[in-house]
Amino acid sequence: MDDTRIRFGDVPWGAVIRVGLIGAAVAIFLCLVGIVPVFHTRPLIKDVISLGQTSVVLALLATGLVTARTADMRGTLSVLPGAVAGAIAGAGLTALVILGEVINVRAVFLNASPLLYGILTFGSGIAGSWIAIVIGAVLGAAGSVGARLPTSSRRPLTTFVLTLLMGGLFAGILRTAMLSTPLAGLGRLLFAPLGLTIVGAIVAVIAFVGASELFHYTRVRDRVNGMAPAQQRLVTWPLLAIAAFAVLMLPHALGPFVAQVIALVALYVLMGLGLNITLGLAGLLDLGFVAFFAVGAYTVALLTGTSEFGIADWPFWAAIPFAVLFAMVFGAILGLPILGIRGDYLAIATLGFGEIIRILAGSDLLSPWLGGPHGILNVPKPIAVQPTHFLAGPNQIYYIAIACAVLIAFVAWRLRGSRIGRAWLSIREDEDVAEALGVNLVQTKILAYVLGAGFAGLGGGIFASLVGSIFSSSIQLFVSINVVAIVVVGGMGSIPGAVLGALFLIGVPELFREFSEYRFLFYGAALILMMLYRPEGLMPTRFAAREVHLESQELGADTVVAAPTEST
Amino acid sequence: MPQLVAKGVTKRFGGLVAVRDLDLEIEPSSIVSVIGPNGAGKTTLFNCIAGWYKIDDGKIEFEGQAIDKLRRDQISRLGIARTYQNIRLFAGMSAIENVLVGQHHFLKTGWVGAVLRTPAVRVEEEKAHEEALRLLQFVGIRGHGRSQASELPYGDQRRLEIARALSTQPRLLLLDEPTAGMNPAETRKMTEFIRRLRDELGITILLIEHEMRVVMDISERITVLDYGEKIAEGTPREIQTNPRVIEAYLGRGAAQAGTTVSDATNEAAASEA
Repeated sequence: MDDTRIRFGDVPWGAVIRVGLIGAAVAIFLCLVGIVPVFHTRPLIKDVISLGQTSVVLALLATGLVTARTADMRGTLSVLPGAVAGAIAGAGLTALVILGEVINVRAVFLNASPLLYGILTFGSGIAGSWIAIVIGAVLGAAGSVGARLPTSSRRPLTTFVLTLLMGGLFAGILRTAMLSTPLAGLGRLLFAPLGLTIVGAIVAVIAFVGASELFHYTRVRDRVNGMAPAQQRLVTWPLLAIAAFAVLMLPHALGPFVAQVIALVALYVLMGLGLNITLGLAGLLDLGFVAFFAVGAYTVALLTGTSEFGIADWPFWAAIPFAVLFAMVFGAILGLPILGIRGDYLAIATLGFGEIIRILAGSDLLSPWLGGPHGILNVPKPIAVQPTHFLAGPNQIYYIAIACAVLIAFVAWRLRGSRIGRAWLSIREDEDVAEALGVNLVQTKILAYVLGAGFAGLGGGIFASLVGSIFSSSIQLFVSINVVAIVVVGGMGSIPGAVLGALFLIGVPELFREFSEYRFLFYGAALILMMLYRPEGLMPTRFAAREVHLESQELGADTVVAAPTEST
Repeated sequence: MPQLVAKGVTKRFGGLVAVRDLDLEIEPSSIVSVIGPNGAGKTTLFNCIAGWYKIDDGKIEFEGQAIDKLRRDQISRLGIARTYQNIRLFAGMSAIENVLVGQHHFLKTGWVGAVLRTPAVRVEEEKAHEEALRLLQFVGIRGHGRSQASELPYGDQRRLEIARALSTQPRLLLLDEPTAGMNPAETRKMTEFIRRLRDELGITILLIEHEMRVVMDISERITVLDYGEKIAEGTPREIQTNPRVIEAYLGRGAAQAGTTVSDATNEAAASEA
């Protein structure tokens, strides 16, 4: 930072005011759609800050951060634009409070309640409405300082914020998990039933910030990468073993509700990995994934049928191979005529197929066989066990889904390193050139499509057994979109990315059912932010990250804020 | 007997005739250049030979077999490979993977074999990698195999594109402006390299090139196109003094003044610089 004093007039006030007003709009939006009051019931740190307040705090911090990036100022006055923008954003909230006291806006905005005003003024009513301006200015200044800091000090701050957020959100679950173990006392000390305790917050921050800084400064990653392969295995295998053990113990440690959620997550991991072959490797945007999911689900439901629609009384294990097989046959039948279509048009065509299958399944035409909207009930569980058995409840589905996901990951990994995977990637990159190099486009695409369809069928079959029934209304376009989003958010073609994507997009919303009204709002916001700041996905493959950022730099360097890409 | 025979080839785009009634014969293991002003139909001709465009009229035969109705992958398998005017590597893949894609149809691994990684598959993969490394060595970029293709320096990208084309084991190689964007030293090296392709591997080279020094230096025969028609054909010496060619490049006055093609294009280059 150079020491030249900037003059007051040098600040681009227009831009600062604009960012401040946008910040105010975002903060008011958070209040009026009800996020602030509804989430206020859930503390992040008990007796200190609630989730609702956190959302406003984050909005104000972001205002300062964006201001610092927009009005690129150096020198002693550099926090001023951030503070002003933050104050403007805060003033928006003040205005909201005053307006609410003067005229009743509640008829239009249901959430503009005294409760909301209480939160914004810390209970002091209209007399305390100015507090928002002060807090806005402070947070705006803090945000702009944060944007200006060198990476070495910004990293621990980011870890700090993320630790508190994650800790607060998952505190209840962790507490439940610990109460049944000898660590119960520790669990009560660190976690309240909702949110962290103050002690918990301090411990979590020290532990995580310390660990991440230690990890960084000891250069563990570089050291491991610098080792001989044999030594690397000494590090990676035990880590893998610990991870595998944790994955296996998870449903028992976290209780029946979370077990249900992670069974669903595991199912989506499986389907994400399946689509990862079609979309991630071969680049075929398939929005009709749910069609093959439906084929698999109905196949299992019919073949294992204990209900009136059952056509054979097979066990789950005998039916599942047929679910996969029929889905693959369907994939081939649907795929052959449409795989000549490219890109966006293929997406539309597959979208159509998904809808056709959905409508067919619910139609009167097929209802004598598929039950129409009433569906097929009483799909048996794979293994019949006593309710007290460790495989009871959703756990056995979880284990089956995990095992299948591992199998698919293995298949995808082996194919990726083979002639077939290379052909898929080459088609994704440039299908004309790939064909000119001797790659048969029809054969190669069909294989990717059919394999993806087979894995969707597997997912559908397991789903039917997890839920114990299948209805035409389960075959929603949203299933396809979820799976596509998992692959894109995780990182195209990346196997750990699919796992992370499913955790993030399926697991987190399921865990916060009480806020399910806002599910799609967060879903949309998360996707937009992802595409803006990390378009290559959370866990991109080796080359993808650099490629995406190189391309966007060529398009316009100033529109993209460089995301950390060292984790390749 | 000529290796490639084109007879009466015509390609229309709507009302525009990009290539008109073109005849072309190329002897095995020769180096032939196609030259002509911008928009003369040179790249269109390449696209017709390599199966990117379906021709509207005429026929193209390669080693006695009609290829004008075949798909690109079938033509590739018969032994025709190409490079592109704007480099078209698989940018997100490593250099060696780019070369390995070209071996696709020589390998037999099916998806079950690939998943199980049977001993036969392993042997095949190892051989393919060795071959790819050999090709990288041949074009002079060994050691960059693991780099991302789009991160290689420009000249190396051109070389990688040739290595990828060679991996399909072609007997005819179509090079679309291989020295475009290169400085004189790089251009000289590329020219030498193209000659080596023919001398050491016996590959027939069909070349689109704007740099007249390269064309005159290595071509055995030259075909000149203008407005989609062949206006001249012959040895470099014949072409240099052909009045129709000079007219196409510089206009009628220059043809009467007795300039040669090399002078003409060099002047054009100088005025551009």
